[in-house]
Amino acid sequence: MPVPELLPESLFDKLWNAHVVEPQSEATPAILYIDLHLVHEVTSPQGFDLLREKGIGVRRPERTLATLDHATPSLPPGADGQRPYITEQAHYQVQTLRANCREFGIELHDWDSPSRGIVHVMGPELGATQPGMTIVCGDSHTSTHGAFGALAFGIGTTEVGHVLAKQCLLQNKPGSMRINVAGTLGEGVTAKDLALNIIRHLGMNGGTGYVIEYAGEAVRSLDMESRMTLCNLTIEAGARAGLIAPDETTIDYLRGRAKVPQGEIYARAAEQWLQLASDKDAAFDQEITLDASGMRPTITYGTDPGMSVAIGEPVPAASNASQEKALQYMGFRAGQSMRERKVDIVFVGSCTNGRISDLRAAASVLRGRRLANHVRMLVVPGSENIRRQAEIEGLHEVFSTAGAEWRLPGCSMCIAMNGDTVPPGKTAVSTSNRNFAGRQGAGSRTLLASPETAAACAVMGHVAKVMDLGTANLETVQEVA
Amino acid sequence: MRAFTKLTGPILVLEQENIDTDQIIPARYLTVTNFDGIGEHAFADWRFDANGDPLPGHVLNEPRAGHSPILVGGHNFGCGSSREHAPHALLGFGFRVVISSQIADIFRSNSHNVGLLPVVLDATQHASLLQMDGEEITVDLEQCRVTVRATDGAEQNWAFTIDPFARHCLLRGLDRFDFLNQAEDAIEAYEKSP
Repeated sequence: MPVPELLPESLFDKLWNAHVVEPQSEATPAILYIDLHLVHEVTSPQGFDLLREKGIGVRRPERTLATLDHATPSLPPGADGQRPYITEQAHYQVQTLRANCREFGIELHDWDSPSRGIVHVMGPELGATQPGMTIVCGDSHTSTHGAFGALAFGIGTTEVGHVLAKQCLLQNKPGSMRINVAGTLGEGVTAKDLALNIIRHLGMNGGTGYVIEYAGEAVRSLDMESRMTLCNLTIEAGARAGLIAPDETTIDYLRGRAKVPQGEIYARAAEQWLQLASDKDAAFDQEITLDASGMRPTITYGTDPGMSVAIGEPVPAASNASQEKALQYMGFRAGQSMRERKVDIVFVGSCTNGRISDLRAAASVLRGRRLANHVRMLVVPGSENIRRQAEIEGLHEVFSTAGAEWRLPGCSMCIAMNGDTVPPGKTAVSTSNRNFAGRQGAGSRTLLASPETAAACAVMGHVAKVMDLGTANLETVQEVA
Repeated sequence: MRAFTKLTGPILVLEQENIDTDQIIPARYLTVTNFDGIGEHAFADWRFDANGDPLPGHVLNEPRAGHSPILVGGHNFGCGSSREHAPHALLGFGFRVVISSQIADIFRSNSHNVGLLPVVLDATQHASLLQMDGEEITVDLEQCRVTVRATDGAEQNWAFTIDPFARHCLLRGLDRFDFLNQAEDAIEAYEKSP
């Protein structure tokens, strides 16, 4: 008998197939097993209520990991020892997660944890995020974890309840797309710029219905933190999950982290992880090739992340009524130079760009410089680990000396539900992920960019890129060795 | 979950493309621990000024808004955040159906889970509906059909497709959790497999 030929599979196929509890049928979705469930205070309370309603517990508490990030103040406790929650309701939401984690035996990284952080920063840092896993969270930026070759996507609160109760999800298999990025990113061009270029190419809905695998030389040469930035922004093109096949960069990043196996066992796990790649002839429903070498530092000008330009290019003309409305909201005219736009607020942080390499990049621009007088800048580390590391390196002093505010870890001004907001009509350059109308506060105007660009804008006081800086606002002439 | 079979009522049109979940329910209303009353804040930044007073000219503040059970939104409705608060806010506001020419993945599955019917029509049909603000149409989930009356009075029927399991659950008001719960043996077997 001839040996049946195995069909070539994509990385996504492999991850999906390895987690099917019950296959999809014509009438019913697949039941997919979930290896890691990340939980935060905002999208979980009603999920825990399902457990109480059904009189059941969390099926696999050891596969569940919780943190406080969204509604938490970024300012320290006041003289009275109380944390400055924006409302009593926000405080109560945090207390509710604390009570739920205690009741159901879930590991919570509370205020006193040295690892507390934004859920998508903390998971990888602890090594809870591992290649080959399925990972979900009631948060659309769960796509971040795909950087490790995990199938990771955001879910709603009802589904949070399902996973708490059964460690499984009902899912129809999405389509597959591969984006090959050839060439290499030029100097000063970051993963954020790459992602904004990809989203502009696809449109903010071009990835809807797909899981995207990123491949090609430009992607391979990214470090893990940059890969997380890229996968994080996958949802901004409408795709729930982004994937990058694990390689030595992945293995090196995870080695020695708290939740990965150690020593010999790690070496064996790593060997398995390195097998996770799309087969040579794997089929994709859509395949796109882009060239990284022409990409430049990029910034958004509209109210969706697909509306972006290379810094230095004029604001493009609107191509439909919705874009027209976006330009009006943002106070831009077609043809106008982006550099004319005065910047009021700069935010460096979030699950997109709140990691140590992001803070180092912003600090390298600010070192020895001062913010323009009218600019307010917040720097919010993605986790307590990052905060400590930044303080060891003295980055917090670089920020403070430049005139920026150094805050406590959390989502902060990205989702602006903790009181850190951009006032109506003001322009913020933000390293976060969404420039939707009102995202950073009612009436706020958001320009998305990399940490380097954000820092350059803070110094110049208007839209700028690092190369524009010259000796602007340099306090002391740096000695060159 | 409330069952949905068939509904006839006036449509309310929000023509803007890419209506994201931050528009549907701004993040500052997400500090709740249940969904009661969240409909009051649906589209809060569109409906109210900085003092919380209703903006007179906005279609969502017209008396008919609360009596229009079918929302027709621009292309790519519900993009952005995974907040289930968004379909809950629309239900709370009084909508039972959302129609667009594209609906974002997470918003769509959240809608299935909470009993809001998402309907995707083709671009031409959708474009016609965008011009029919306030007119009465019928959405029939049993037949997977939208019925509209053209200006000459002739009836037009447009078929739509929907995930069969979502349809099954919506028609009967079934909680999808029960289906998952019935798979206990398979889940146990999976967990025991190497």
